[in-house]
Amino acid sequence: MARITASVYTSHVPAIGAALDLGKTGEDYWQPVFAGYDFGKQWIAEQKPDVVFLVYNDHATAFSLDLIPTFALGTGSEFKPADEGWGPRPVPTVYGHPELAAHIAQSVIQDDFDLTLVNKMDVDHGLTVPLSLMFGQPEAWPCQVIPFAVNVVQYPVPSGRRCFQIGQAIRRAVESFDEDLNVQIWGTGGMSHQLQGARAGLINREWDNRFLDRLIDDPAGLSQLPHIDYVREAGSEGIELVMWLIARGAMVDIAGGPKPVLRKRFYHVPASNTAVGHLILENP
Amino acid sequence: MALDKPYQDIPGTIIFDAEQSRKGYWLNQFCMSLMSSENRARFKADERAYLDAWPMSEEQKQAVLARDLNWCMRTGGNIYFLAKIGATDGKSFQQMAGSMTGMTEDEYRAMMLAGGRSADGNRRLGEDGDAQPQHQPQGAAGKKGNA
Repeated sequence: MARITASVYTSHVPAIGAALDLGKTGEDYWQPVFAGYDFGKQWIAEQKPDVVFLVYNDHATAFSLDLIPTFALGTGSEFKPADEGWGPRPVPTVYGHPELAAHIAQSVIQDDFDLTLVNKMDVDHGLTVPLSLMFGQPEAWPCQVIPFAVNVVQYPVPSGRRCFQIGQAIRRAVESFDEDLNVQIWGTGGMSHQLQGARAGLINREWDNRFLDRLIDDPAGLSQLPHIDYVREAGSEGIELVMWLIARGAMVDIAGGPKPVLRKRFYHVPASNTAVGHLILENP
Repeated sequence: MALDKPYQDIPGTIIFDAEQSRKGYWLNQFCMSLMSSENRARFKADERAYLDAWPMSEEQKQAVLARDLNWCMRTGGNIYFLAKIGATDGKSFQQMAGSMTGMTEDEYRAMMLAGGRSADGNRRLGEDGDAQPQHQPQGAAGKKGNA
């Protein structure tokens, strides 16, 4: 039986990808950011997940204004790193897990969540930067990855409550897959940042840390937070944090199981315009 | 009946909702075209001619030519789409975001290194934070304006 063994949470700032790709990780500015992921790299080398279910958002890359799916599940067998305007990141092609993805589609849609299924799309920094942070710069990614793209670009985006619920449906789907698979679920984006207007550069260290506290200990309560609180307190792009609730909803404690074990908590300001947050929670 | 939009009282912030998206449809789709290197080269060779091939408003074209991202956003642009113009110009997200504040690149970078912009005074219009309309533009540009 497949099982979700852990959840990982991380920001996916594009400048982090650029710093890695351009060999700047040792610079004073970047060193503290990457140091925050040293533990995670070591941890994941021991965990050896077979599949990462990676929740992220597309940043006007695969989805233009032609098509704006709220929840898009990548059911294809491979996904190429996108050219976002700077040329594609020099990272390996992402290989999916079409059998598990098809099973998740079947289960989650019958569980009343109306997903969009995507067999062909390129993946942008939202997906590849977390892979780089956790796996470094390998020739090939060491596991299969199922992309799950959430619309957080055009309002209204899905509510935290809806994200938390869909995470629970994803857990049920994974656990009903017959093959023995070690699956991790990652929630990415955030933390506080605003990339637009006179309020650009907003960072809210206190709010972010409160968000981390509640994600760990009170996710159901946190999921009730309205959009406006994210925007007002964590900036217009801080709304990406609703995606962390999908990963958190997939942990066993939400279904009455034991509490997760906190393996890593990290917070740093700034990476470019953004506060970087990172958590690792393991199911016991 | 008008829809509830509780996000309209936040200073210095335009929320990209379905209404903005409708206004900015062609502007944003033009931006998407810059994701191919061939189109980036064609745009750089003759910006006006390239823009004229799109059914954008004249104001949207002027905003793009001026590289005024705040103006682009008022006409329906979204930052993730507009970022393709910045990428074409070789600008980072930090340079793009900073350009919308009136601060110089160094000033904006220093603000971020010092922990970023505080939410205090910037949660609602009518407060007195640095992102409020009465304090624009910020940085050296703002100081000149006040002198």
